[in-house]
Amino acid sequence: MKTPEEIFEILKNKFGDAVVEIDTETPVDKIITVDAKKVHEIGKFLRDDPEMKFDALMSLSGVDDANGEKVTNEEDGTFEYKGGTLSVYYHLHSIKLKHKVTLKVSVPREEPEVESVESVWKTANWHEREAYDMFGIKFLHHPNLERILMPYDWPGGYPLRKDYKNPEYYHGMKIHF
Amino acid sequence: MGFLDKEFDDGNIVVAKAEDLLNWARLSSLWQLSFGLACCAIEMMATSASHYDFDRFGVIPRPSPRQADIIIISGTVTLKMALRIKRLYEQMPDPKYIISMGSCANSGGPYWKHGYHVLKGVDRVIPVDVYVPGCPPRPEALLEGLLKLQDKIRKETLRKKTA
Repeated sequence: MKTPEEIFEILKNKFGDAVVEIDTETPVDKIITVDAKKVHEIGKFLRDDPEMKFDALMSLSGVDDANGEKVTNEEDGTFEYKGGTLSVYYHLHSIKLKHKVTLKVSVPREEPEVESVESVWKTANWHEREAYDMFGIKFLHHPNLERILMPYDWPGGYPLRKDYKNPEYYHGMKIHF
Repeated sequence: MGFLDKEFDDGNIVVAKAEDLLNWARLSSLWQLSFGLACCAIEMMATSASHYDFDRFGVIPRPSPRQADIIIISGTVTLKMALRIKRLYEQMPDPKYIISMGSCANSGGPYWKHGYHVLKGVDRVIPVDVYVPGCPPRPEALLEGLLKLQDKIRKETLRKKTA
């Protein structure tokens, strides 16, 4: 059993710059920030290393950090974010060693590309499709990156982004009340 | 209604109008498409089960829209599902009836403002006969809705479908 701080040290020694920082100020989980293009390698290490054995990906969630420049349209009061980041959080659990860790990657909003961890944990397949569906985060080397909740032919972008605007119609059905 | 409560000296004869007979037959065996969407479907199943016993009104679940007379829209209608509901409704043979059950199917319910994926009322895609309010409606409310529908069918005429 290892604490997140110990896991961070081990990862830092093994992966160097790909492991960015650990946030210990959070109220519950300590969060380790890693490189979006290396997360599958780090995941594979965390799964297979005898001291880690993170055999379960409990959750994979997308987050819109909404930390870019907020541009408000004066005419209709709508707004959108320029720049800033989208994030993905990975909650890992080792059933064998009974310890947990949280990973985080942040990617630019204009080009949100994260390496898929589907090859490491099969659970990630649908979770990544959901993050893609709701936030538009592209998971590289995912076997089937399609929308999972919204209709396949959904015209209107990614609904859980903070600056999301619903389309007026879908197949002739008015969406707004 | 009608002819069933009329007494005759000869017990083997019943006099009735043809449309009364048809209406009586229709309202007494409203076969339901077994189709549920959300939490309202749980109440609908409770209504079908022995305690509330939908069957005493002739409501029997059918697995195919080709055999169904009535579809109960029991739950949140997402935009994705709305297209399928329309298809199911079109597959049902006439005469066919719709009960919209619960706030979501009536108007979008709690999703009316921020529900980016919810159709704000199933009556935007198919014609609803009876709206049952509630979130979800209790089985008694659904039964009341069914009785209202039966009243509507009872007043239909051969010249014009009024329900």
